[in-house]
Amino acid sequence: MSTQRAIQKTQEQETRSVLPRVDVFEDESGITLLADLPGVPRDKLEIKVEGDTLLIDGTVQPQTPEGLEAVYAEVRVPRLRRSFTLSRELDSARVDANLKDGVLTLRIPKQAHAQPRRIAIQAG
Amino acid sequence: MYESMLNFPSGLFGEFERLRRELDDVFGASGMPAGIRSVAPGTLPAINVGKTPSSVEIYAFAPGIDPSKVDVTVDRGLLRIAGERASAVPEDDAKVTVYSRERSTGSFYRTVSLPDDVDASQVRASYRDGVLQISIPRRESTQPKRITVQ
Repeated sequence: MSTQRAIQKTQEQETRSVLPRVDVFEDESGITLLADLPGVPRDKLEIKVEGDTLLIDGTVQPQTPEGLEAVYAEVRVPRLRRSFTLSRELDSARVDANLKDGVLTLRIPKQAHAQPRRIAIQAG
Repeated sequence: MYESMLNFPSGLFGEFERLRRELDDVFGASGMPAGIRSVAPGTLPAINVGKTPSSVEIYAFAPGIDPSKVDVTVDRGLLRIAGERASAVPEDDAKVTVYSRERSTGSFYRTVSLPDDVDASQVRASYRDGVLQISIPRRESTQPKRITVQ
């Protein structure tokens, strides 16, 4: 009975995550999303687009020396996950991602046909 | 309940966490004495402190800052980290619609009290993946020594 509880607890710990803070803004050509992912190296970050859902999934892994013992921890959940629904005028196939100093910058352009266009009015 | 660095626990308990925090603000922290320099939960950058037999390691989770502009000082057993982060969201641009501005901006200041056995003249600091890692060696004489039994 208690081993079952222990297994369940480990599974819960593995899927526990925290939402990273994001800045999102939109201009004429697309949406820019900035996410704070401190301690997530490039090989521990996954960005997936499935249908109209964008998922950001990172594991916090700062460099720790041998034999490090925690004394005080404000960051205790090492998993940062957040997902967004992309509306149809965004071109999810052309997402541009850049990770620098723990900040992820995603640029999602609008579909070519959705970008604002001025329509010339024919005379006559 | 765990306290998330980023104040956004996911799932069902996110709302309860927010309610708990708001009640804490109204009724004050629980009567236990807190460290005199302790800060409100959720103050950024979040700090983790660890130790090895030979050093004390401090991790400040501060993404997107300029490491040359961060002020790290050790003064009489107190480590101070001060810096600032500019906003990356364009302001006052009529063509830009801002949907969310959750990332903190502005100046930050954290202090960590260090144990007596550190050698403050040998502080090493590095910045990688948005984490400011500060390593201070502990003095030789206080490291645990193994005594062999004859």
